[in-house]
Amino acid sequence: MPKEPVAVVGIGQTKHVSARRDVSIAGLVREAAVRALEDAGLTWADIDAVVIGKAPDFFEGLMMPELYLADALGAVGKPMLRVHTAGSVGGSTALVAANLVSARVHRTVLTLAFEKQSESNAMWGLSLPIPFQQPLLAGAGGFFAPHVRAYMRRTGAPETVGSLVAYKDRRNALKNPYAHIHDPDITLEKVQSAPMLWDPIRYSETCPSSDGACAMILTDRAGADRSPHPPAWVHGGAMRSEPTLFAGKDFVSPQAGKDCAADVYRQAGIGDPRREIDAVEMYVPFSWYEPMWLENLGFADEGEGWKLTESGVTELDGDLPVNPSGGVLSTNPIGASGMIRFAEAALQVRGQAGEHQVTGARKALGHAYGGGAQFFSMWLVGAEPPTR
Amino acid sequence: MPDVLSAPLVVEFPFTRSLGPVQSAFLTGLRERTVLGVRTGDGKVLVPPVEYDPVTAEELRELTEVATTGTVTAWAWNPAPRRDQPLATPFGWVLVKLDGADTALLHVLDAPGPEAVNTGMRVRIRWAPQRTGAITDIACFEPYDGEATAESTPHSGEFADPITGIVTPARLDYTYTPGRAQSAYLNALAEQRIVGERCLSCRKVYVPPRGACPTCGVATAEQVEVGPRGTVTTYCIVNIKAKNAMNDAIEVPYVYAHIALDGAGLALHGRIGGIPYDQVRMGLRVEPVWTEGGRHPDHYRPTGEPDAAYDAYKELL
Ligand SMILES: [Zn+2]
Repeated sequence: MPKEPVAVVGIGQTKHVSARRDVSIAGLVREAAVRALEDAGLTWADIDAVVIGKAPDFFEGLMMPELYLADALGAVGKPMLRVHTAGSVGGSTALVAANLVSARVHRTVLTLAFEKQSESNAMWGLSLPIPFQQPLLAGAGGFFAPHVRAYMRRTGAPETVGSLVAYKDRRNALKNPYAHIHDPDITLEKVQSAPMLWDPIRYSETCPSSDGACAMILTDRAGADRSPHPPAWVHGGAMRSEPTLFAGKDFVSPQAGKDCAADVYRQAGIGDPRREIDAVEMYVPFSWYEPMWLENLGFADEGEGWKLTESGVTELDGDLPVNPSGGVLSTNPIGASGMIRFAEAALQVRGQAGEHQVTGARKALGHAYGGGAQFFSMWLVGAEPPTR
Repeated sequence: MPDVLSAPLVVEFPFTRSLGPVQSAFLTGLRERTVLGVRTGDGKVLVPPVEYDPVTAEELRELTEVATTGTVTAWAWNPAPRRDQPLATPFGWVLVKLDGADTALLHVLDAPGPEAVNTGMRVRIRWAPQRTGAITDIACFEPYDGEATAESTPHSGEFADPITGIVTPARLDYTYTPGRAQSAYLNALAEQRIVGERCLSCRKVYVPPRGACPTCGVATAEQVEVGPRGTVTTYCIVNIKAKNAMNDAIEVPYVYAHIALDGAGLALHGRIGGIPYDQVRMGLRVEPVWTEGGRHPDHYRPTGEPDAAYDAYKELL
């Protein structure tokens, strides 16, 4: 029996900000869920199961969200699952929900991811004072910056490329009402004159800390028929993992990322991602990850990713727009960031991205990664139902 | 198993929580000796109040005041109170249905012994003398000789100077052991030797060793001394202090580097010193600098050898 096609019929986000002191965590997730239900024209009674994801427990000290948030998400009397995969969790959570529909376990599933970074401490959660270990901590950027330098050495990319990404994403964010950072006075000079925090990473090339939630309603073919708005169809989805550290690991272009993308393209019948995909929402926590992931995801040959960025291909009006929403560089509630990528990809192919709509987008890739390039999750969504 | 290390590890952090409208009213109410519940669409009064109906998922905002007296619906005796529990003397855990409420609140009962507690007994709140807007504003319940009183009465939930956020400390207290392989590595470090383990399948040497090869999934046992010299394979210049007391002694800027020790199958992380930070480069040859009593090299410094060729370390970034 072929799999059931999966449609995204509802998408809801909160306005991402540095601190949502006016709501509890329950109130925050509720806001995103209600917006997704409204978009789908559905009520709580139409939801068969809830799949939720969040950042690692110690980030915000919330250990059992599936228990605490069941009321707020209308999950009483229904299956409720929680997914854990570090920073990629928003993507994996959506894929678990999609698989429940495609396997015909449930017909309509609410999936949601969130984080209140203002009430959490990610840095602390990642750096427990483990006995006997050397206390040398460079912060999150210190973990990633050496990989960026390795990429620059490997490819000979000019050092301005990172600032071009940040300048583009922050301008895109101005067109996205839900994005956290809205800096109407952004200039390339401003980006380039920001202090180097972890040389070669500037402050202006790092992601913010955000409070926010993102929810989606996934449903089957019959559910899509009842949708008041055009659905996005899932053409392929995959997850891959590899150890955070192992001999031979390629931090610049991890094998698990390549394998995950290849699996998604195979499912979706994509032969040439650069030509066949119209928009990409990828997880870029530090600007240089755009050219790195362009290579890892097969949009450019090895060593060539930065040329797409430099030549404007990834701009909103370019040939392959990357992060039209403003991306993680403009909005980063960590636990939700992956799902926001997936949801923004779906908004593009539904034609509902508003001011940051990529003209004529028919196929879009959503990408998430996390845990020190340990987990990868991706989906490819299209405006038409899958034919294979 | 010889010399496996272990040490206590206490992890604690004061997480903050924004309360939202319902919990804000509830906790502020406790500060004012007022217990609020919330009324559901079918007329039930839930105490403590919740933001969303557990049955229908509807948003609940209709607050209502209940009595400070109630009835025990279930209980368990706690003969040995632990750290941070509400009472220091033996007490009863009780579920109390306050008069006017339809659900029970979990709290503690101050009673001389389990023989003094029974389901159905009447109790009342004993307020804490200092109240801050927390569940501990109810110091405990105490036995009370009186009949069930009034219905609940509607309440706006509005108070002067409302509590909008609380701090909820989380604490883990356990014994950490790094295991056999890491212990052997740490014990060798104490002799200023750096010892990894080789995977018998792929022949890669893991430093620090984890006891198994993450690629091949087989146990590692063959100990291999590596270094002490190595090559800086990549690095960054840290210009901001991490918000962590453990790092306070290190002045910025400093160089945080990946260092492939000679003979190791992957790089470890360390600080580079003994050279101006802006002269550190990929391929720089370095050696560890040990300090008296330190378990780990304090940092790595240049050896003065010519830089390693990129091809020699490009797989070890
Ligand atoms: Zn091996």
